[in-house]
Amino acid sequence: MSAVDPHALNGKLPRPERTVEVLVIGAGPAGTAAAIAAAKLGAQVLLVDENPVSAGLMGLDTPLYFGGRMTSAVQRQARMIEQVFAANPDLETAMELGVEIALATCAWGAFVNGPGVGTLPEPMVGLADEDRAWLVGFKSLILATGARDIALSFPGWDQPGVMGANGLAALLDRYDAFAGRRIVILGSGDLALDTARRALARGLDVVAIVEALDEIQGAPDRVETLKNQGVEFLTGQVIHRALGGLDGVERVEIGPVGGPVRTLDCDTVCLAIGLAPAIELLNVLGGALTMDPGRGGHVPVVTDAVRTSLVHVYVSGDAAGLAGAGEAGIARAAAQGEAAARAALGAAFEPAAPAPSIDAIAYQLAWTRALMSVGSDAVMVCQCEEVTRGDLLGVQPPRYLDRPERLAARDIHSLTADGPVNQDQIKRLTRACMGACQARRCREQVALILTAATQSPAGAIPLAGFRAPVRPLPLKVLADWGEAAEMGAGWDVWFGIPEQWIPYRDIGTERAAMHIAILGGDMHL
Amino acid sequence: MTPSKGASVVIVGGGVTGLSAGWQLARAGCDVVVVDKGVIGYEASSRNGGGASHYHSPLFAEEQRMWPLMDELLGYPTEYRRERVIVALTDAQLTHYHYMAAMFNELGYTAEHLDVKQALEMAPLVSDRILGGIHLKFGGQANPQRTVQAYGWAMQDHGGRLLQNAQVSGFETAGGKVTAVVTSRGTLGCDALVIAAGPQTEGLAAQLGAFAPMAPARAEMIVTEPAPLMPIGGVDGNGLYGRQTLRGNLAYGGGPHEWIEVGEAGPSARPTTPLMRNLARRVAELLPKAEHLRVIRSWAGVIETTPDGRPILDRLKAPDNVVLASMSGVGFGLSPASGHAICDLVLEGRCTFTDIDKFGIDRFADLPADWRLSRGWTPVSGPV
Ligand SMILES: Cc1cc2nc3c(=O)[nH]c(=O)nc-3n(C[C@H](O)[C@H](O)[C@H](O)COP(=O)(O)OP(=O)(O)OC[C@H]3O[C@@H](n4cnc5c(N)ncnc54)[C@H](O)[C@@H]3O)c2cc1C
Ligand SMILES: Cc1cc2nc3c(=O)[nH]c(=O)nc-3n(C[C@H](O)[C@H](O)[C@H](O)COP(=O)(O)OP(=O)(O)OC[C@H]3O[C@@H](n4cnc5c(N)ncnc54)[C@H](O)[C@@H]3O)c2cc1C
Repeated sequence: MSAVDPHALNGKLPRPERTVEVLVIGAGPAGTAAAIAAAKLGAQVLLVDENPVSAGLMGLDTPLYFGGRMTSAVQRQARMIEQVFAANPDLETAMELGVEIALATCAWGAFVNGPGVGTLPEPMVGLADEDRAWLVGFKSLILATGARDIALSFPGWDQPGVMGANGLAALLDRYDAFAGRRIVILGSGDLALDTARRALARGLDVVAIVEALDEIQGAPDRVETLKNQGVEFLTGQVIHRALGGLDGVERVEIGPVGGPVRTLDCDTVCLAIGLAPAIELLNVLGGALTMDPGRGGHVPVVTDAVRTSLVHVYVSGDAAGLAGAGEAGIARAAAQGEAAARAALGAAFEPAAPAPSIDAIAYQLAWTRALMSVGSDAVMVCQCEEVTRGDLLGVQPPRYLDRPERLAARDIHSLTADGPVNQDQIKRLTRACMGACQARRCREQVALILTAATQSPAGAIPLAGFRAPVRPLPLKVLADWGEAAEMGAGWDVWFGIPEQWIPYRDIGTERAAMHIAILGGDMHL
Repeated sequence: MTPSKGASVVIVGGGVTGLSAGWQLARAGCDVVVVDKGVIGYEASSRNGGGASHYHSPLFAEEQRMWPLMDELLGYPTEYRRERVIVALTDAQLTHYHYMAAMFNELGYTAEHLDVKQALEMAPLVSDRILGGIHLKFGGQANPQRTVQAYGWAMQDHGGRLLQNAQVSGFETAGGKVTAVVTSRGTLGCDALVIAAGPQTEGLAAQLGAFAPMAPARAEMIVTEPAPLMPIGGVDGNGLYGRQTLRGNLAYGGGPHEWIEVGEAGPSARPTTPLMRNLARRVAELLPKAEHLRVIRSWAGVIETTPDGRPILDRLKAPDNVVLASMSGVGFGLSPASGHAICDLVLEGRCTFTDIDKFGIDRFADLPADWRLSRGWTPVSGPV
């Protein structure tokens, strides 16, 4: 006879507030195109985007690496909403087609039944704004979450003014709220060249484009154009140090790894060495991922370019594997968005042509190696948890703990003698990637540094897993204040097996029954 | 494939239970290898609440003796902190906690009643709407992830070996003994075997003809960004267990678990669910001065639970060189003592420091085959 365990989760997770036919996360070129295509096919569509994000989150470099270089304009939510609309005219088209748009709303989690979980009433996504969190169910989910910045550390990177290419692009175009004027760009691939082009178009100074390798990486015609606009290219050189004051970066030292260095005045250092496809939600969902340097790193396993391993879940744009820089990238992302929507709704579609393949990880590794040759072990890698390169490679615990003698004999090499590098394990020991920015600033560089230090093959270190909430959410926002009675009814601290807590000596005695009757479960231990 | 060498004692499972046993065996001069299917401590042992106050266990006195010495004995930090506070938000809870305190005191573990002011001094983030609480002047908490690695390293320092990424699939027996352990990285000869494989213990024991019933379940926790350190970091109540890390993060769990199945290879995923919202709510109610703190992660771990929720610590009668060790859902805190008991079972055939006879598998001899079904300890599979 089958019974019900009153303390188990079964049947207690709430249904979502509502269920939509097509739920699109991310309103960049890919997501917007997906929403429009789905609406044109007559579907009911909810398009969610976290922008404008609050100034507080931006200060945590979430979701992009803003490096503290936003103007006070970002404090004004109403103006920011207008600005986000103005920056993406297609949103208006989407609205006219009946797409429901939720801005300033993040998707912090996504949940489907699968291995290890079978108690969800239906597939759903967790959403939140500044005030509350809620759940929305979906028939089809299109993840068009774009890409995250990849940060690499160097002396002085832990101050305002050091930022990522996507963070800069967002402040320039999406927010019109960039506080810098003079930019040094690290990297010389198409991402870096596009960054320079857009910065110049906004009347900003591009002081130099710095390339650690001996060759400029991007398209020659673009390089020519930039050179004609007076941009200096410094190849075979790296940043040795960023120096600054209270407001952050004021100048940088650039030169070959062995020196000498030259000082350049600037207020911003833009890391344009690479982007990482934003796979957080797919990882949380349990969708299959693969390491594909040609598509930008850890990317979804896809068929027909847009289908993930999970039925009902689709990807497009940078989140599906980098779409490429510039207008071509935007067009490709949009085409993929449309394809994803059509695939989701069972309509015929042409998978968009893939972006030109790049060896993203080899390039990032080359930069990492070069940067590791300048600066000492004291360079901070994880800013939140104050983990230095030395701590990371020494696999040392945080400073508030003792570092007894035996620990000094342990390091990344003794650890790898026991098995291949596992970033999650190193995170647990060093706290690198455990901070409030949810490893946005150090997830990729920790993997790269560990790869370089252990001479592991590029991309061989397994992904350090993402966990919901994929955006840092205050307890009071995440909380389910409208919790249904079922949830509370069988709530027990730990399993609710009263026999478990009977003192050993009382097992099998009359006192056992007394403890069970009076105590039940609910033991806090 | 790296060729692997056998050992006098092979331990299957590099969680806290297997590693603590391995460390103590190595310390006793034994040639020991701990085999794990993945990285040590990757399952429940690094995903738990770190609570260490299991008064009810016969191993607890030894646990209490050892924990304060562990950093020293292991040579690596565990972040062990003594004592706990439990606060009540309702009258019923206060009565419940007072009964617990009486029981603790009767067992010789001191617990005192707290008024609101006293409780707030020990745990300043706690709600001032509490009605009181109790102060456990025993027990405590430690950092599971650091502790697991500390056991592993300390074992190596005493000459023990780790074999990671090697899944055990079976055993070779001869003359009423297990003579070798078959792993995905080769076969290891052994004189004695310890199976401490968490939820996989049941299946491995079954291969040796032993019935060690257990049901796997998934349980979830959340963690916030750091808060100012409270004088006592182990602060429970409102249906939650948890700890403040030395960094200041608040890590909390509690509430419903989900019964699942795990195959021989262990769980293929350990997802969390919207239950994190119910946890967040209870943490915000318990610690309202922290309600603005951001939740930065959630995680889940898989726990094995026996029908009575009590450990299995048993040396089999046949094959007679095998020890089964599973702590049934509360194995982290007790690990210094469980390792000692396992070490004794291997070397002496019995636990030398306390009675653990009630943890034998004989107690399950009459358990009906459908015991999980009859309690509802079985998985559900909702819509995909
Ligand atoms: C130098 C530079 C300049 C650029 N200039 C432009 C430009 O002028 N116009 C333009 O359209 N694009 C611009 N971009 C962006 C880029 O070219 C395109 O965005 C890219 O082609 C990929 O589009 P996408 O839709 O895949 O991703 P994105 O455009 O990055 O869109 C993803 C969106 O999803 C949101 N998102 C991600 N995760 C979540 C979540 N969990 N919850 C809620 N929301 C989430 C992101 O915040 C973002 O708004 C620029 C980029 C760079 C580096
Ligand atoms: C969310 C949560 C909170 C908890 N809170 C607490 C708490 O506060 N206090 C407390 O004391 N306990 C707590 N627990 C329980 C505690 O974590 C476990 O009881 C304890 O970790 C069990 O340790 P173990 O070594 O016996 O098993 P496990 O940690 O499960 O280790 C077993 C190991 O065996 C390996 N293995 C399995 N099969 C094979 C095979 N075939 N071949 C090779 N290797 C294999 C696995 O990879 C694993 O590493 C909690 C657990 C969870 C999940």
